[in-house]
Amino acid sequence: MLARGGGKRTLQQLRESVLRAYAAEAAPAAQPAAPQPPPPPERTHFGGLKDQDRIFTNLYGRHDPFIKGAEARGDWYRTKDLVVRGADWIVGEIKKSGLRGRGGAGFPSGLKWSFMPKVSDGRPSYLVVNADESEPGTCKDREIMRHDPHKLVEGCLVAGTAMRARAAYIYVRGEYYNERVALQQAVNEAYAKGYIGKNACGSGKDFDVVVHWGAGAYICGEETALIESLEGKQGKPRLKPPFPANVGLWGCPTTVTNVETVAVAPTILRRGPEWFAGFGRKNNHGTKLFCISGHVNQPVTVEEELGISMRELIEKHAGGVRGGWDNLLAVIPGGSSCPVLPKTVCDNVLMDFDALKEAQSGLGTAAVMVMDKSTDIVDAIARLAYFYKHESCGQCTPCREGSGWLADMMKRMVRGDARVEEIDMLYEVTKQIEGHTICALGDAAAWPVQGLIRHFRGEMEDRIGRASLAAEQIAA
Amino acid sequence: MLSKLARTASRSRVQQNLLLPSILLPQQPFQSSAVTSQQAAPAEDHIEVKVNGSPVQIPKGSTVMQACDAAGIDIPRFCYHPKLSIAGNCRMCLVEVEKSPKPVASCAMPAAPNMNIKTDTDLVKKAREGVMEFLLINHPLDCPICDQGGECDLQEQSMHFGSDRSRFTEMKRSVHDKNLGPLVKTVMTRCIHCTRCVRFATEVAGVQDLGMVGRGKDSEIGTYIDKLLTSELSGNVIDLCPVGALTSKPAAFTYRNWELKNTETIDVSDAQGTNTRVDSRGVEVMRILPRLNEDVNEEWLSDKGRFQYDGLKQQRLNVPLVKGPDGAFAPKRWPEALEAVAQGLQGIAGNEMRAIAGKLSDAESMVALKDLMNKLGCGNLTSEGGFPDLDADVRSNYVANTTIRGIEGADVILLIGTNPRIEAPVYNARIRKTWLEGTQIGLVGPEYDLTYPYTHLGEGPDALAAMLGGSDFFQKLQEAQHPAVVLGPGILSRPDRDTILQQVHELVEKAGVVKEDWNGYNILHDAASRVAALDLGFLPSARAQSAPKPKFVYLLGSDDYSEEDIPEDAFVVYQGTHGDRGAPRANVILPAAAYVEKEGTFVNFEGRTQRTKAAVPMVGDSREDWRIIRAVSEVVGRPLPYDTTDGVQKRLADVAPHLGKVDAVESPIWLNGEYNKAFAERAAKAAEAFQQPFSSSIKEFFMTDAISRSSQVMARCIQSRKTGHPKSATHPGAFGQDAAAHAAADM
Repeated sequence: MLARGGGKRTLQQLRESVLRAYAAEAAPAAQPAAPQPPPPPERTHFGGLKDQDRIFTNLYGRHDPFIKGAEARGDWYRTKDLVVRGADWIVGEIKKSGLRGRGGAGFPSGLKWSFMPKVSDGRPSYLVVNADESEPGTCKDREIMRHDPHKLVEGCLVAGTAMRARAAYIYVRGEYYNERVALQQAVNEAYAKGYIGKNACGSGKDFDVVVHWGAGAYICGEETALIESLEGKQGKPRLKPPFPANVGLWGCPTTVTNVETVAVAPTILRRGPEWFAGFGRKNNHGTKLFCISGHVNQPVTVEEELGISMRELIEKHAGGVRGGWDNLLAVIPGGSSCPVLPKTVCDNVLMDFDALKEAQSGLGTAAVMVMDKSTDIVDAIARLAYFYKHESCGQCTPCREGSGWLADMMKRMVRGDARVEEIDMLYEVTKQIEGHTICALGDAAAWPVQGLIRHFRGEMEDRIGRASLAAEQIAA
Repeated sequence: MLSKLARTASRSRVQQNLLLPSILLPQQPFQSSAVTSQQAAPAEDHIEVKVNGSPVQIPKGSTVMQACDAAGIDIPRFCYHPKLSIAGNCRMCLVEVEKSPKPVASCAMPAAPNMNIKTDTDLVKKAREGVMEFLLINHPLDCPICDQGGECDLQEQSMHFGSDRSRFTEMKRSVHDKNLGPLVKTVMTRCIHCTRCVRFATEVAGVQDLGMVGRGKDSEIGTYIDKLLTSELSGNVIDLCPVGALTSKPAAFTYRNWELKNTETIDVSDAQGTNTRVDSRGVEVMRILPRLNEDVNEEWLSDKGRFQYDGLKQQRLNVPLVKGPDGAFAPKRWPEALEAVAQGLQGIAGNEMRAIAGKLSDAESMVALKDLMNKLGCGNLTSEGGFPDLDADVRSNYVANTTIRGIEGADVILLIGTNPRIEAPVYNARIRKTWLEGTQIGLVGPEYDLTYPYTHLGEGPDALAAMLGGSDFFQKLQEAQHPAVVLGPGILSRPDRDTILQQVHELVEKAGVVKEDWNGYNILHDAASRVAALDLGFLPSARAQSAPKPKFVYLLGSDDYSEEDIPEDAFVVYQGTHGDRGAPRANVILPAAAYVEKEGTFVNFEGRTQRTKAAVPMVGDSREDWRIIRAVSEVVGRPLPYDTTDGVQKRLADVAPHLGKVDAVESPIWLNGEYNKAFAERAAKAAEAFQQPFSSSIKEFFMTDAISRSSQVMARCIQSRKTGHPKSATHPGAFGQDAAAHAAADM
């Protein structure tokens, strides 16, 4: 399998490419201004990421996940040189690379990191890594922590440096036991090697990494709820403003970032932002881990170029839809909170932030959930509505009351035990929740239902019709 | 005056302590307080925002909601309360802000210069209606049987933003009721999860009893385990609750609020002078609520002041009684009873008389009694539980000079021999507030749970002496800009009081507690009548010390006299409200009006003159205290020269001018130097300090005077505190089978 042959590139090749990148960075001024090369022809097809362009080369655990294997794969190689170049350089490079946050919202990472205070007012700054990967369908951070934990630990040091942070807290989802153990081992190894801790990598900078274990609440993946939980309180989102970059963990400037965002940072710096920006469409650059699950022949987590078409992604890496592409009913393209897309949209849609937004859905965490025609789509979305009802923290009114109402109504919709007007009411209720809550969980509860009504209203109406007909017959 | 700068500094200290951003802290009211600078803030402290198109000037750091308030636009709200931190969870106050894609919660959003706020758009209307619908879907439709009905925020706002019908057809949520003890009744199904009660308990009352358990639709406010709400301020959660989830347990189902007559008066259950509103129906007091007074009680009222009113209906004296030769009391008409008093006085010399004023006596009755006794040639006047030989010549010596509100400006507070949590719970909440802002607190005396941490410096006088020798805390006091010392009433009744006071004054002098613009010397009192008694000089005269054993004792509502004050063979007149301790000892009982039945002047422990007002008629044949004394004076042939309330109040103002200035505090002149010397002399004469540890003057918070001792609700409070279990005394007579049956029913 092409996608899974991650380890083919030799260490030698990697070193050379890294050294080239450093050389190019080290001596740009010496070159006389070369004539601008003509811009390359605009790409129209994306995908087919080559093995040498993969960042996560041990995604499938075929090699040693720990320090020896990691070093062989190029992790921790001259990390000191990245660290000593300082925060501004790192932030600049990340900005140039066009990296967008991999946690779901897709906020430009360089910009986010630059919000941290440049000069401390006496309070330390913290990096908090959000490894509370709870979005149904998503399993990318899991693979990173299981099989490539050193990418994350090294990323903590690099991203932490960019934020002038003193320490990184990695908040691991409660259910991720093995991942936590692996990550803790990687952290211990990095401490033992002197890569982190006092004088991390010999850079003169002290940097600690703490692995913290959550208790398994979905809401703790929301950045401010995660901070509350880390502080030992109930995981309930805080009001914003103030934003965490101003008042975060223990009241100190904090940036919360996703595991993948942090883990890709060292490789981007080594290979240069231009390399990373070379993938994908404008404003949607880079490679990304896609988690393909559901009715496909081979569910898989795979690193691919952003902008790959959904059909290619599914057919090339996941062995295609069960029963063939024409058996496809719908796809949830970005984790459970993104609105579902029917087959007609899936035929042509590209997998990146902007393309999916245009299709009135979102890339989210790039958890592609495929549903073939055997799926009861209303039941599927009803289950998601139940999930959000169950995970609502209960702090603010629209989400607490609304998510429960949605779940109850969806339960009836599955049976068709409703009136047709109630579909409009259901849509109205989702609109009443969306945008009125403290955090985005309200939106996440509303979107799947909105997607269902948008694309499968016919199915819902049919069902109501059938059910009322049956009821009439029984009555007669 | 505390400078603005210092204020800001202390605020930032809190932020670090609490790790809360300033926006989450309780908002300062706009008007400058007594401790902040009085001058109008310059324009650069203000920003301009637009609300619905019209420009508004608001102080920097205001929220969007405050901007709307300043513009005179009403923003609906449930969770926001000016005295609590901002939760922003009800989402009722959503408004539209230009350039913001989503509506914002106005209570939590800081206003920025040139912000364009809109409150009358479709978006805002829809958002409010949406939130209101969500709040109502799981709220029971039991307004007709809800005690909050008629004064319910949810009811009111649903009239504006609610729909006239529901489209919710699912099952409504129902929640198991929690038992918080004998005072607060819960109907948790009505709860809208605004968390005001949780924030009050945590932030103001300082008890970590309440919280939100569960998640999402299943979240509930509660104590997690079946547990008593152990705060002396717990009743305030009833006022804070915007719906009928928390209501008064003793008053459950006894009134509809529109039937009540409101009378604005003050509370006399402690010396704080909490401003209250007594709500009555006919002759009955139905409930007592606090009134807002930033200078005295903010918005809070102690549980005793709120719930002891059932004591006003128990054990009342309603006819004059005279003890016959057989020792049994017989009801008499007023002339006969007054005649009996005159007979008792016959042949007794002035120096063989004594008058003792009780804890609840108003200034009018004390001045009348003093005038009468003086006319009879008697100077032996004492105020019960007080300190007969305390010098009352210098007022700064016996009041809280810093004032109640002023204590917020202190940066170090030393408590000596006091437990403010039970002596003045509302004042204690004030001290806790200063602690939240970074004030350091030290305590000399037994360790109590004061709801805030403090440095414990020792238990008795030796600790005080050790402090004077120089200690860390003493240094802190010295270095503080605004140090304060609070002495408890327990100290003043100790036999070694003079020695201790002398030590305290030395400490005050050395630590610079009294400065040019700051007086940090405070005495805390525990009885409502105490300061007025001292102001009026209701004290034994110099000759009274050497007087013979009294043969005639006049008890003015005094039940806590000490045995040796009344010799076995003395003729005793008891004038009071309740058949408590004093009445059975008396030869003649004269029934008097309680504080909710008359107009009376009281002075709180900071020296603020306030008046009660009659909310309900007097019981039976009882009369206003001063009028009874006036009548006695007539019968004994020494008529007092005033016949009207105005007249006696004019007399009050003659004796002590500040008693004529209602609702004002006259700041006393500090005559520390002179007094220190006097104390030195007396201290030298007095027995040397005995090493017994300090103790609070109050042993049982819920029962301190005749009214609270007669109250069944207070008895239940004591019972439940003893067992620590809320079910133990929830129902009247809830012991034995009764209790078991109720417990089973509650299961």
